[in-house]
Amino acid sequence: MSKADSIHTLSLKGIHDGVHSGAFSVMEVTDAYLDRIERFNPELNAYITVTRDSAKAQALEIDNRIRKGELSGPMAGVPYALKDLFCSEGVRTTCASNMLSNFISPYDAHVAAKLKAAGGVLLGKNNMDEFAMGSSNETSAFGVVRNPWDTNKVPGGSSGGGAATIAARLAPMTLGTDTGGSIRQPASFCNITGIKPTYGRVSRYGMIAFASSLDQCGPMAPSAEDCAITLNVIAGLDVRDSTSVDRTVPDYTATLNDSIEGLKIGLPKEFFADGLDAQVGVVIERAIKEFEAKGAIIKEVSLPNSHLAVPVYYVVAPAECSSNLSRFDGVRFGHRCEDPKDLRDLYERSRWEGFGDEVKRRIMIGTYALSAGYYDAYYLKAQQVRRLIKQDFESAFADVDVIMGPSCPTTAFGLGEKKDDPIAMYLEDLYTIPVSLAGLPGMTFPVGFAADGLPVGIQLVGNYFEEARMLNIAHQYQQWTEWHTQVPTKFA
Amino acid sequence: MSISAEEVKKVAHLARLAVPEEQLEGYVRNLSNILNLVDQLSAVDTTGVEPMAHPLDMMQRLREDVVTETNHREKYQSVAPEVENGLYLVPKVIE
Repeated sequence: MSKADSIHTLSLKGIHDGVHSGAFSVMEVTDAYLDRIERFNPELNAYITVTRDSAKAQALEIDNRIRKGELSGPMAGVPYALKDLFCSEGVRTTCASNMLSNFISPYDAHVAAKLKAAGGVLLGKNNMDEFAMGSSNETSAFGVVRNPWDTNKVPGGSSGGGAATIAARLAPMTLGTDTGGSIRQPASFCNITGIKPTYGRVSRYGMIAFASSLDQCGPMAPSAEDCAITLNVIAGLDVRDSTSVDRTVPDYTATLNDSIEGLKIGLPKEFFADGLDAQVGVVIERAIKEFEAKGAIIKEVSLPNSHLAVPVYYVVAPAECSSNLSRFDGVRFGHRCEDPKDLRDLYERSRWEGFGDEVKRRIMIGTYALSAGYYDAYYLKAQQVRRLIKQDFESAFADVDVIMGPSCPTTAFGLGEKKDDPIAMYLEDLYTIPVSLAGLPGMTFPVGFAADGLPVGIQLVGNYFEEARMLNIAHQYQQWTEWHTQVPTKFA
Repeated sequence: MSISAEEVKKVAHLARLAVPEEQLEGYVRNLSNILNLVDQLSAVDTTGVEPMAHPLDMMQRLREDVVTETNHREKYQSVAPEVENGLYLVPKVIE
């Protein structure tokens, strides 16, 4: 096997060490990934835009800077992708919407600038559900993404393109966003590792907003170690995001090898009740047993209000989306309709033509919930129940260190299977949404395959700002198991 | 709870969305289903519960009132549908 044929099997650390020891150049790594994208992306549709020319220019520059000793950090020379809702200067940023199909961003999102400054090489922008609204990547205006494990199945969503990209090794790492499960659910469907940090841990500047009190950016990669390396680069205060938290960022790689003996793991009984597909439950329970065998202490906990999380979410998220998406008016950027007869016609037709069905549904629900006479019954009520959900977690964390359970009730479902039933689609996220509403960090990592042959991810929830402990736990699991190294035969 | 066609029209107008008449029915059905899902909340006793606006109950951070942004008018207007002399163009508002 030649060098170029095995580069995609390396971890971020493996790539870093290789380019710094001179085993291969940044250009060789970049070319290896660009070749894989060219070969496999037509089938998967995981990328909306491939930045081939700028990637090669960046690779050349970074090779030079590494040689001169100007760059040596863990991301120097490492290629990556971005979900197509992170603004990237000079690169088309579509949010998978016709509204932004020709939008060339005039600036970089905070996280995009961080990865660029650290010497990463941007390979392209990943497909997603339109404006991150969806759980199957079927709402994209740029076509569905296929799950590399079975191309008749969805990859999950909304960060479905990113999950498929990592599963097929078309990039060693990508950034996704998670509002109600958009990193964790696709990561689980595609057998990869993904973490949604605590709300406020990573700046949202330049991340096209969906629901501002929930949106959070996080890494998606094969392993917890890759996620830790990435989070080290992107986490921390940014004054351009008023919800960005001013709190020291630990070195997430420093504690990866800590022992998990005596770790108290809580299992919410509500997450193992009716609604969980038995073939998923079996795999999750086997993983819990493995933790127990390594010295973890398993306890049952209760999140009695968690069944209310989906209804709360479908008030709060649409309300915030209705407000955030009012900026798309056909005046300053984005789609404008032909020959508007007056200003109202300009707004109404530009928005009608630019947005897809699911986005319009959510804007309307949100507008309704916020309109005069309904605010108290919907938005205020939802914000109150949201607090009850958060208090459930606070009680649980008084007894345990972390919480574990399934990431999703099922394995990846079929393309088109739930497309015309929004409610069935919404219920896909019933285990991830409570965590988002509480603002807690949540992650998922691969723990095996269900009877149908599709991957299963376990969800790990930590207390606020406990990302280091979570990454440590997932990393330890990945030391005893090899689920996270599995790649579909076709893409091996 | 269900929503009527008239209410959907009103909401669409508030949201500045031009729903064509023939697509109204689909929105009435889907929005009613979503509102039914959400209606479970009305049965929850939330007496005395403080609404949660921010997961960490943080206060808005303030900054000095000084200019921090530089002028990028040309760059930002390069992505606008229609501009003239540094101004965004829209259909005539006042006759």
